[in-house]
Amino acid sequence: MHLPLFRSHGLFLPFIKRFSDIKICRIKRRSQGCMSSCTVIRHRWMKSISPVRHFSSNGSEKESFDMSEFPVERIRNFSIIAHIDHGKSTLADRLLEITGAIAKTASNKQVLDKLQVERERGITVKAQTASLFYQHDGQTYLLNLIDTPGHVDFSYEVSRSISACQGVLLIVDANQIDLKNADPERVEKQIEKVFDIPREECIRISAKLGTNVDQVLQEVVNRIPPPTAGVDDLFKALVFDSTFDHYRGVVASIAVFGGRVSKGDKIVSAHLGKSYEVNELGVLRPDQHPTETLYAGQVGYVIAGMKEVKEAQIGDTFYLHKQPVGALPGFKPAKAMVFAGMYPMDQSEYTNLRSAVEKLMLNDSSVTVQRDSSLALGAGWRLGFLGLLHMEVFNQRLEQEYNASVIITSPTVPYKAVLASAKLIKEHGEEVITIINPAHFPDRSQVVKYLEPMVLGTIIAPDDFTGKIMSLCQTRRAVQKNMFYIDDHRVMMKYTFPLNEIVVDFYDQLKSMSSGYASFDYEDAGYEDAELIKMDFLLNGRPVEELAIIIHKEKAYSAGKAICERLKDSIPRQMFEIAVQAAIGSKIIARETIKAYRKNVLAKCYGGDITRKMKLLKKQAEGKKKMRRIGNIDVPKDAFINVLKRT
Amino acid sequence: MSRRALLKQHQALLCLGTAVGSVPLRSIATHRLPPRADEASLYVHWPYCLKRCSYCNFNKYIPRSQNHAVMTECLQKETQTLLQLSQVSRISSVFFGGGTPSLAQPSTIAAVLETVSKNAHLSDDAEVTLEVNPTPAGKASLKDFMLAGVNRFSIGIQSLNDDHLRILRRDHNSQHALQTVSEARTLCPGRVSVDVMFALPGQSVKSWESELEKLLPVCDDHVSLYQLTLERGTQLYKQVESGELSVPGDDVTAVMYKSARRDLENAGFCQYEVSNFAKNNAVSEHNIGYWRGHQYIGVGPGAHGRFVPRAVGGAQREARTQTLEPDVWIREVQHHGHGTRRRIQLDHRGLLEEVLVMGLRMNEGITQQHWELFSPEADLKLIFGMSENFQELQVGGLLILDDRGLRCSWEGLALLDSILPTMLLELEMFFQSKGYQEDAQHLRNTDIQRDR
Repeated sequence: MHLPLFRSHGLFLPFIKRFSDIKICRIKRRSQGCMSSCTVIRHRWMKSISPVRHFSSNGSEKESFDMSEFPVERIRNFSIIAHIDHGKSTLADRLLEITGAIAKTASNKQVLDKLQVERERGITVKAQTASLFYQHDGQTYLLNLIDTPGHVDFSYEVSRSISACQGVLLIVDANQIDLKNADPERVEKQIEKVFDIPREECIRISAKLGTNVDQVLQEVVNRIPPPTAGVDDLFKALVFDSTFDHYRGVVASIAVFGGRVSKGDKIVSAHLGKSYEVNELGVLRPDQHPTETLYAGQVGYVIAGMKEVKEAQIGDTFYLHKQPVGALPGFKPAKAMVFAGMYPMDQSEYTNLRSAVEKLMLNDSSVTVQRDSSLALGAGWRLGFLGLLHMEVFNQRLEQEYNASVIITSPTVPYKAVLASAKLIKEHGEEVITIINPAHFPDRSQVVKYLEPMVLGTIIAPDDFTGKIMSLCQTRRAVQKNMFYIDDHRVMMKYTFPLNEIVVDFYDQLKSMSSGYASFDYEDAGYEDAELIKMDFLLNGRPVEELAIIIHKEKAYSAGKAICERLKDSIPRQMFEIAVQAAIGSKIIARETIKAYRKNVLAKCYGGDITRKMKLLKKQAEGKKKMRRIGNIDVPKDAFINVLKRT
Repeated sequence: MSRRALLKQHQALLCLGTAVGSVPLRSIATHRLPPRADEASLYVHWPYCLKRCSYCNFNKYIPRSQNHAVMTECLQKETQTLLQLSQVSRISSVFFGGGTPSLAQPSTIAAVLETVSKNAHLSDDAEVTLEVNPTPAGKASLKDFMLAGVNRFSIGIQSLNDDHLRILRRDHNSQHALQTVSEARTLCPGRVSVDVMFALPGQSVKSWESELEKLLPVCDDHVSLYQLTLERGTQLYKQVESGELSVPGDDVTAVMYKSARRDLENAGFCQYEVSNFAKNNAVSEHNIGYWRGHQYIGVGPGAHGRFVPRAVGGAQREARTQTLEPDVWIREVQHHGHGTRRRIQLDHRGLLEEVLVMGLRMNEGITQQHWELFSPEADLKLIFGMSENFQELQVGGLLILDDRGLRCSWEGLALLDSILPTMLLELEMFFQSKGYQEDAQHLRNTDIQRDR
């Protein structure tokens, strides 16, 4: 639902410049354009709330700011939507500065992006909220900016954030209006063509320089409707995000859809039926700023003694004890699209890594975890991610925030098989089984057919590269759906791809063959029949379990050859010859040979210094213990890592 | 004359692998001490060189000035201290290594040998080797070294190719090398060894073979053959890393090693160790001592030793290292009588590990009697015989275990470094299966700092 909105931003990827700062800002009303299609679906419950804008001013709190001073008509909840790198976070920094939420200094860079990974990659991974106080026409408005991630992988986060908004800003990069290759006219034309948004409604801004940023805030007040929530209704709030604080437990981000909630109130989770006492609540500016009460239409945080993130399920509804309300519709849980094994570099790190993964999952409920173990890599997990960037970000957060060193195996996708016999169906409890691990791949004789996940991919590139891109897509088993010019020399191509074909290196190849100009985005496109086979890898005739892969028949030969070569390069020579083979069933389809060592002995122990030699040998002996023995072949962990890891 | 005959006699048949050497076997069943604790060989390290060779990362110093008198005094002092500490009654051989010990004054050598004689029995027959750099100066002093008591020369000719010698940054050329060998052979017939290196930058199998061909007619009865090892931190390492020079790959060096073994054997040399070849049984007794796990005392900066410090009540063999830097070492010797920097006690398993690793380097391997000396309670067959991994090596024709003992086959010797980790693991597993109390384990890896 929200995806079309997102995908469309891929249009402007060719303009990507890391520090691009000019944006065309488009403010949309809920009632028009694609934004409405998003909000309508996400906000069914909002419509049912009567548009009461009544406001009582009994606030007696001696807070630095009394939230009762902001009735719904002076509240605007909005998000900024932009493609990665288009400068959303820079605009957010300026908005924070203009409204005095943060001091205006040169060092304000990506203030809302708190994670190291966000700052390093210049991306937003975790949605953040900032309440801004804005003077407009002599009145103070409460503008709640809910920053969202810009990548399709994080659309789940985005959809949650949007559910708490009544409007969004759409940012499109026009390649720096202040530079000479800026081309705002063309970008406006593209926006008109793709989104059907009149070009007159766009605002040309430079977030870096602050040009026209104030106008953005004026338009937010003028063009985004206030929330439709009544302060005299029963308290009702949507949990749209949650984070975990080691000292205070779960911090839930809520949007108040009716009534009010105060410190000391007893609230109930509609999902679990458990009640909690509110220890602290407040607004995010963007740091936590405690207040006494939050009122209808407002957005803030609540800490209520929840020990586990599961207790603050995203999409859950909170209401006051003994004053139940109908639960707001929740969210569909995120669906993992890409799976990868994760193992500690050293097995002694397992416990530490487990606790790091658990902690990280508290803040990212979209990751799925299954315990797994590999004979070569030891105990670990099979993790499911929303996409490739999501996987990278998770891995990087583990390394940076928890100092954990991990091996991530090459990503795979969830295949399906339709079972052939009633007996098998009974055994598995279902007719269609999902296969994540090649070890569980059912034999052809047991299935009617295999299915593989598909995606609808959109590529936009200058037309110089069309030919190259089309042949690349062909090698990836892609089927072209359509292709059209979005301007004089820019082409948008849509293809259906098997997901498996794009999870490893497709994007890198696309980027390099188009000198970085091509953009790529994809969305789920269901499952399709596929000729899948399981390929084994043998060392001197013995299959190596952890190397087996599921692959499309067409790709078996080239993949088998490539993996055999990688194995050949990463298994050290031994005292005998080693045959490395790829096999489908009993048929060998590729072979490499690792020649035997012919000499491995070195000279002299100078002056009786045998200590050094002994140390080296003992180290080798220890290393040998850790190697995985297949037949009489010692395979070091590194060899597995080289073959299994993401390249 | 008579000494040479005697040496030859007790070294006879070594190539056939039946003799165990000159020293009668003794069981340690009646001793608490490790075998042969009352005898040792002596290694003396001379740490100075004139020039830095591009491949060498050994402990050596290019001095601006050198006080021979102080050095002599300290070497003597440390020799005396350590001999007394070990309480050995006999020194079986002496080896002056370096550095460039041929830069030492002959009087220094004489003084050290004299100290040895004063503190232990040093037989007239005992092998006394000096490493020599084949420079004109080295050649000129050979005679004086002989008079000082040296009776064997080990000449580091390294190569007979002048281009290679330049790359290695040696301070001699091939002409000097040939002249020095010739002089040494005249002075000390049958007791001259040459060190040669292969796998040099730019070397081909063919050029290596022709170099050997040139060498064989001029060398004496002993050849040491070393593959050039690129050591981190050396100039040569950097040159190879940067691509300025390239060294032959594994397959090429394998062929080089193989052809050298073949050519030397055809020329009447017998390979008695991985890198060492002798004809007329002119083996290096000193080096055989290392490989047979005998005690040795290391004197001089950075020298290593393996002996039981009996004078302080020690009952276990220790791995000892002397202080590396000559100036510091000198100060320590002057103040404490010795410059021992590190002492690590070798427990039973640690000792057997060294016996295994060193012993398998020899052509004769480890004889049953030799092993029994160190491990009277468990023979080779008991430890290795049943192991699957060992049997694999045996079936593969790399190792031989029979009534004579344990040894590498001809092919196996070339693969020793791949074989040893397996053997060490087997030894470890045997110890674990027997539940041996490794009571000294906590000491094994602990450095015992000398009290100052």
